[in-house]
Parts: sequence; C-alpha cells; structure tokens
Amino acid sequence: MNGGNGIAIDVKGLTKSFGGREVVHDLSMQVKRGSIYGFLGPNGSGKTTTIRILCGLLTPDSGEGTCLGYDIRRDAEKIKRQVGYMTQRFSLYQDLSVRENLEFVARLYGLADARGAARDMIKRLGLSGREEQLAGELSGGWKQRLALGACTLPNPQLLLLDEPTAGVDPKARRDFWNEIHALAAEGLTVLVSTHYMDEAERCHEIAYIAYGHLLTHGTVEEVIAKSALTTYTVTGEDLNGLAAELTGKAGIDMVAPFGTSLHVSGRDVAALEASVAPWRERDGLHWHKSSPSLEDVFIELMGRSKDNFQ
Amino acid sequence: MSAVDRPAPGHETRERFGFLRRSYAMLIKEFIQLRRDRVSFAMIVMLPVMQLMLFGYAINTTPRHLPSAVLLQEDSDLARSILKALENTAYFRFLYEVHDVDDFDNLLKSGKVLFGVEIPRGFERAVRRGDRPALLVAADATDPVAASSAIGSLGMIVQTALKHDLYIGDPPEMPFEIRAHARYNPAAASSLNIVPGLVGTILTMTMLIFTALSVTREVERGTMESLLSMPIKPVEVMFGKIVPYVLVGFVQAFLIIGIGVGLFGVPVLGNLFLLALLSTLFITTNLSIGYTISTVVQNQLQAMQMSMMFFLPSILLSGFMFPFAGMPTWAQYLGECLPLTHYLRIVRAIMLKGATMQNLHFDALALAILMALAMTIAVTRFRRTLD
Repeated sequence: MNGGNGIAIDVKGLTKSFGGREVVHDLSMQVKRGSIYGFLGPNGSGKTTTIRILCGLLTPDSGEGTCLGYDIRRDAEKIKRQVGYMTQRFSLYQDLSVRENLEFVARLYGLADARGAARDMIKRLGLSGREEQLAGELSGGWKQRLALGACTLPNPQLLLLDEPTAGVDPKARRDFWNEIHALAAEGLTVLVSTHYMDEAERCHEIAYIAYGHLLTHGTVEEVIAKSALTTYTVTGEDLNGLAAELTGKAGIDMVAPFGTSLHVSGRDVAALEASVAPWRERDGLHWHKSSPSLEDVFIELMGRSKDNFQ
Repeated sequence: MSAVDRPAPGHETRERFGFLRRSYAMLIKEFIQLRRDRVSFAMIVMLPVMQLMLFGYAINTTPRHLPSAVLLQEDSDLARSILKALENTAYFRFLYEVHDVDDFDNLLKSGKVLFGVEIPRGFERAVRRGDRPALLVAADATDPVAASSAIGSLGMIVQTALKHDLYIGDPPEMPFEIRAHARYNPAAASSLNIVPGLVGTILTMTMLIFTALSVTREVERGTMESLLSMPIKPVEVMFGKIVPYVLVGFVQAFLIIGIGVGLFGVPVLGNLFLLALLSTLFITTNLSIGYTISTVVQNQLQAMQMSMMFFLPSILLSGFMFPFAGMPTWAQYLGECLPLTHYLRIVRAIMLKGATMQNLHFDALALAILMALAMTIAVTRFRRTLD
C-alpha cells in the first residue's frame, strides 16, 4: 500500500511527550479510506493523544504524515473541515438543547441551511420529540448518539471517535455500531478507540497500542495469527488455586480467568505442553485446547510490553 | 452499617467524634487542592500586599498640585505674583496660560484642569485704586472632594503669601476679593459626582466577570476540546463571545443613567448619542480585558481573582473614589492605563459639563488603544491546540 487516494490516514514516526514523559513513541499507521479502524490499548497508552495529533489538536514533537491528503503539521485548518472528532468526554453544550447544539455545529461549518441540516439529523438520530430537551439532561446513550450526530453533521470524510461507547448500555452500543457501519458503507473512514473486544471484532482492521508503542495491527485474524499463541481453556473446581500454581511456570506466558473458565496461553507450544502436563490429569479439571481469543492476545501483549517499556 | 461503609479489611472504624473526623477529612482535602493551585496560592499573598502598597501610597484625600489654568487678561507684576503665591500654596500647579475665554472653558470642560484662575483686565490698577476687584477662581466641582479643600483654604493662604509681595505695606484686609465659582455642580451635590462614576464602575465589574469566565468555562466543561477541533479561528471565538455582552452592557448603562436622571436628578447636558457611542467603546474595552484574563488563567477561581486584581485599582486609582489629581505621578500614570479613568472623565464631562467630542478625543483614543491592546493579547494568547 502506498499513498494515493485509497489512504485516509498515513503517518510515520509520530512522537509526543508531555513533561518529559513520552506518551506516543515512533508511531506509524495507515488507514484505508472507507474502512473502520479499531484502536485498542490499555488506559493511558496514547490512543487519545494519537487521535488528537491526527485532528490537529496536538502538534507532534517529531514525525510526519497526512490526513485525508493534508499535511498534519501545516494544514490543520483544512483537516478540521473534513474531520469529525468525537471526544471521550461529552463535549457538546449541556445547557443548549439538542436542536441548538446541532444548529451551532452546522453554522460553525458554514452549512447553507443550518436549521434544515439540524432537523434532518434529529430525524436520522431518532431524536424527534426530544429536540428541545437540554443536551445535559439526555441519558448516556442518547448523549453519545447526539455527539455522533454532531460529528457527522458537516459531512466529514473521516470520523475520529475516542472511546465513543464507554459507559453505554449493550443495546445502545449495538445501535451505535450499526450506525458506524452504515456510515462506513457510505464511504466514510472511521478511526475508533475502544476497550471492548466485541467492538474490536466489528472493525475491518485493528491496531493495538500500549505505552505509546504500536505493537500489532492488521485484521482480527491476522493479529491472532501473528501472536502465535496457543491457549488452553480450563474449566472445573478451584481455578483460583490453579491460576496461582501455573503463573510464572516456563512456557506459560499468560494465565487469565474468564468467568467460569481459565485461559492458559503460551507462545512456545512445546514448553507450554510440558508445563501444564502435571495438571492435565487432575480430577475435576477439564482442559480444552483452542485458538486464543483477541482478548488473550491483547492481555499477553500488554503483559509483554509492560516488561519491555516500563 | 451498610455494605458501602464497611471498612477495608484490617481497619476498624471509629464512631466517636464523627463530626470532627469528617470535617477534618474535608479540611485536609481542601488544603491539598489549594496548595496544588499555585496561581491562587500566589494570589492569596500577592493580592493584599500589592494592593496595600499600591493604595497606601497612592491615595491622598487632600490633594495638592491640582492641575490649573490661568486666564490672563492683563500681564502685570501683581498678576504674576498672585499666580506665584497660588502655586506656592502647593494646591495649584499651573499647566496652561491662556488669553482667550473659549480656550479657558475648554480646558475645564475636558477635565485637563480642575481650576482656572481668571485675572481680569485692569486688575492691578483697580487694586491700587483700592476698588477691591474680584479675582475669579473657577473650580471643576464635578469632583467636590478634590475641589473643596483647595477652595476652602484659598483666601487665607493667598493673603499670607501675598503679604510680602505687595508693596502696599501691611494691609488690614485683602486688597482684592477672591470669588470662587464651583462650576458644573454649584451645590456640591455628591450624587452628581457619584452617579456618573457608578455607571463606569458597575460596567467595569459586570463586563469583566462576564467574559473573564467565558473561556475557562469552556475548558472546565470540556467543550473547548470539540470547539478547537472545529474550523473556527481565535478572533471568531472572541467576537462571538464579546458582542452579546456589548448589548447587555448597553442595557445596563441605560438603566443606571435612567435611574440617575429620574431619581437623583443628575442632568445629561451633553449629547446622548455621543454618550452612548463612547459608553459602547468603554463596554467593549472592558469585555476585551475580561476575555484576555480568561485566556491567561487556568480555572474559574483564578479568573475571579484576576478580575478583582483589575477591579480594585480601577475603583481606587481612576478618580472614582479619590481625586485623580491628588495621586502621585506614578499612580496617575498607572491610572491612565485603566479604562475606567478615561470613561469617568468622559461620562462626567458629557453628563455634567455638556462636553463634546472635541473635548474628549484624548480619552476616547485612550479607550480605543486599550481595547485594541487587550484584543491583540487575547488573540495571541488563545491556544489553538491542547499542547
């Protein structure tokens, strides 16, 4: 893949420090136009900072690149016209009504018919009947829908969504993702950061970032394959005790409880097999070899990067 | 005990002195937060110390060296020695010597001088003849405090000072009469001075607060982040935030002047349109300064403190509370940097003296310069990124 019209975001070597602490380190990424790109990583890993650099809210210390073909350093103003940015914290005016907020955004972007655009968006969001309600009085799910509506109102080419579904109920999350897929189908590029694995699996491509380093990227299948992880799923009694016993054994890179089961993973299959062998025959435990879930991959990556970068 | 108050394992809770314990917890938290806010912490010390030093030295309720003008209609030795004597009293400082009545009136009207001494034609001859002619002293009584002490001591001081200069010997009484004329406010009604002054003071306070909080509020509520990600320029943000309050300020000014005229009988001798125009300029200047404050501070508490830092000198050094002419020179220079100083001259001059733009162009220009300066700082200070 190189340059051209097919790429919405193309950045290389982005680095950003705050008060001597490097938050983003030598980050490079490419996002194809019309795709949904998932941005994953633990809290404080540099996701928000990267997104802010992409939309011109922060200037990188070093690194370069383009966003929608515009230079991220020189053309921040042009990028702002084409990008919809949904902040992590609700950032519409709480003391303005739904309609007033949307009209404000429409006017700011210079839409010819601000009232009409706001009216259409209210209809599209299913907020009819609530247009005069103050934004601050909406429930979490509605606020998030409204925020998305405000971002998409000026017809951007790229959406940057920073943990848009944090603290939103499952039904609202599902509706939200349906909306995002509908937007992508219309040709919009979407970069979305999230903590939810089910959401990661709905992305065309994902990237995992921890401690400012982009650790892996690709489709979900590629990321899992690249991890070269083998996972055993264990069910049975006293899994807490088992977890304590297995942790730190040679070949066992990760032990993680998942509800009523325990996931035991390692990159070196032979060493893993050897280490778990003594427990394979224990009464009341059922061992089942499986391919790792995305969550296994990420937890293992996170554990590994912690050793490397901290 | 509900599940929520259950103590961490291994820690007992104590039931006694619950009130004190919880208050103490709150108190510790407040102290920590106060210490973290460096700017507020500095202001706690700076505000009283600076203000005290400033005002302690600057304010003088019995002003001396008041700017004065003389209308000289004859150039005689006697006239010269009277002027010298007046200047020796330390109450008057003659800045202008004019020979034309219109020039003389203009100086008083524009507020450039507070006193005018008129020595009429044929004055010396009349004194020698023993006619006891009148020496006219016109005082700008729009500020009764500044004028009264000088007028009060005029007669005696001049007599003492003239004793040796007059070669008539030791006269049993003054060889001429001093006729003091309190212009613009003959009854020395303080409301005539206070009401126009209040227009300026109230506007300063309200306008400053309106805009001082505007940017910090956006930052604190989190709306700034999305605002910055949208295609709007700092100048556009500024104008959008200032213009609505110009209207608010205008209504306020109208209200105060209306009450002043209706209830306190303060006249509006000058042109109402000019008053409205220059008031709008003053309102906009204050809004710009408030907006500048809001681009400099980090939170709303700091914005309030900074506004106070600006507001107190505005009251004390502008000539609203204490006579401007009575302050030491450095304090007067400081006062010239405050919009209220210029507006007080404007509003008093238009309402009480019927002044025109011709008398007021210096103060109007000063306001415009202060406004442009504040706006420039605000636009350059406004951060377009979150860096």
